[in-house]
Amino acid sequence: MTRNLLTLASALALLATPAAADTLKIGMITTLSGPGAGLGIDIRDGFALAVEHAGGKLGGQDTQVIEADDQQKPDVAVGLANRMVERDRVQMVTGVVWSNLALAMLPTLAGGQTFFISPNAGPSQLAGAQCNPYFFNAAYQNDQIHEAVGKHVQDEGFKKVYLMAPNYPAGKDGLAGFKRYYKGEVAGEVYTQVGQLDYAAELAQLKAAAPDAVYVFYPGGMGINFIKQYEQAGLKGAVPLFGPGFSFDQDILAAVGESALGVKNSAQWSPDLDNAANKKFVADFKAKYGRIPSMYAAQGYDTALLIDTAVKAVGGNLKDKDTLRAALASAKLQSLRGEVAFNTNHYPIHNIYLREVVKGADGAVTNKTVATVFTNHADAYVKDCPMK
Amino acid sequence: MDALLLVEQGLNGLQLGVMLFLMAAGLTLVFGIMDLINLAHGTFYMVGAYLTAALVPVLDSFPLALAAAVLLTALLGLVVEAVALRTLYRRDHLDQVLATFGLILFFNELVKIVFGPVPIFLNPPAALAGTVDLFGLKYPAFRLAILAVGLAVAVFLWLLIARTRVGMLIRAGATNREMVMALGVDVRLLFGLVFALGCGLAGLAGAMAGPVLAVQVGMGEQILILTFVVIVIGGIGSIRGALAGALLVGMVDTLGRALLPAAFRLVMDAANASAAGAALASMAIYVLMAVVLAIKPKGLFPAH
Repeated sequence: MTRNLLTLASALALLATPAAADTLKIGMITTLSGPGAGLGIDIRDGFALAVEHAGGKLGGQDTQVIEADDQQKPDVAVGLANRMVERDRVQMVTGVVWSNLALAMLPTLAGGQTFFISPNAGPSQLAGAQCNPYFFNAAYQNDQIHEAVGKHVQDEGFKKVYLMAPNYPAGKDGLAGFKRYYKGEVAGEVYTQVGQLDYAAELAQLKAAAPDAVYVFYPGGMGINFIKQYEQAGLKGAVPLFGPGFSFDQDILAAVGESALGVKNSAQWSPDLDNAANKKFVADFKAKYGRIPSMYAAQGYDTALLIDTAVKAVGGNLKDKDTLRAALASAKLQSLRGEVAFNTNHYPIHNIYLREVVKGADGAVTNKTVATVFTNHADAYVKDCPMK
Repeated sequence: MDALLLVEQGLNGLQLGVMLFLMAAGLTLVFGIMDLINLAHGTFYMVGAYLTAALVPVLDSFPLALAAAVLLTALLGLVVEAVALRTLYRRDHLDQVLATFGLILFFNELVKIVFGPVPIFLNPPAALAGTVDLFGLKYPAFRLAILAVGLAVAVFLWLLIARTRVGMLIRAGATNREMVMALGVDVRLLFGLVFALGCGLAGLAGAMAGPVLAVQVGMGEQILILTFVVIVIGGIGSIRGALAGALLVGMVDTLGRALLPAAFRLVMDAANASAAGAALASMAIYVLMAVVLAIKPKGLFPAH
């Protein structure tokens, strides 16, 4: 009896929902619990701020964001992707942090003709041979960020660099990107377990290899563990440390404090980038959430801007997938990092900056832009993508 | 690999081992004596780390903050035991798993609300921030402190359990609960104290881990899996087993990560060796568990 009532109630609820034509429904599948939660929460909060700035209407449409927590687990993410396609009938899914989750979710979303707009994960597979008409990346291709430090380390004349990354798709992309521009000797290339807590064994090996610089890609909590332990092992100052922005971004800096001061890292965005949209974003984010935004927050914001721009361009017609796809692909984004255009594989062409971890005027440890490494930089995989 | 590096890796393994022992000792006490499967044990580890991080700026002293955090975590354990767990002792293990899993979610959200989603800052005290020179080996001072604290706790627990009346009851409780109850011992008080002791140990582990690891929501679950591996290997309910299991897991994990990639490099090229070595190293402790259970199905030193 209860079950019948429930069925009836849900049927009525379905009837009561207005026709989806005029509402933009977006699935926000991201990591909201567990050790990776800080990243997902920043993406969500950045996205929410953009929706707020647009008066709650992306592209002039009533916007409904359905949140779900993927717990950083591929199987959970696939289940949620299925739910978003079958039950919630969203037009777009975003939020994904991790490259392995993005790879797992894509078949379900593309099969359901649901646009998948990544605010972070940018695996090489989806940029090259496996690029997909339904997949867009608003942030970057993974390699791009690492390529910039590779070039910087090469230009600075380091000859023997030790490389470390977690053993998953983005970790491999990262070191491949670094090595694309760094041509010197690789003193060691170490892949560690995803989510590893203790790096004592690896740090001892690193010391024994006596490199003249170290490059590490450790996002989130792994980065915090590594940076703290690097300093405690007496390596800070002795061997220069480099990394992508992911390893030295605001989410990590708040936890490691001055241990990371002076480290050069790379990103497509920095809190001090000098444009009006970015200044407003940083100020409003601080006011609303009480913390300095991270790259992830800026990427969440940019993702919402991309959706806003494309939906505006099609005049709110969300039914015609081909037109919407064309609008997303041809969007000229006035993003927080400046102007961004999209390549034929749906990945951005943009500038990559070199940043340095500094102590800001207010005493908070943050990043400062020190140079532009690449201007209008395209990724290395676009030639393999059959979409033209 | 030279001898000095091998010594350093041995120290690393030992240090990870005593860290795991701090967690496993409390968990196995609760499991062995109260027959309660407490998935929320990692929560107290997280609480210990967060409280220490929050108290260091207030008290301006790491040891004081650590002591206060351990006491507060034990106190929280008492409250949680009285409010949430007391009704679960007679229930099925599955009910306990469900309820304590609920506690994990509750405390994770609570910590997120109080401290925010972004990991927070905790560094070792200035005196222990650098390295110590051990006969030419530069070793992180704070890791030596962890080692010392862990060994001190092991001695304390051994004295408590082997030499005191409370310890006698704990031992008796682990082997035959009904008999202890029949003897007229205030079981409710005993259980409460044992649970608080377990929570305090987890809090101590968290407080000592905070300066080395990320102080973040969910940090307890990462260590919890390792802890369960430790008590399964050591034998459920046995402190001696927890110590043996913890040291074994610490050593196998660390040496696996240090030696396996190098070993693979002898037979294949560097990139493949690194990948294969890393993959096998991450499996090493589970292989160890399988081997131990194949030989001794109840663990190394079972209490029951």
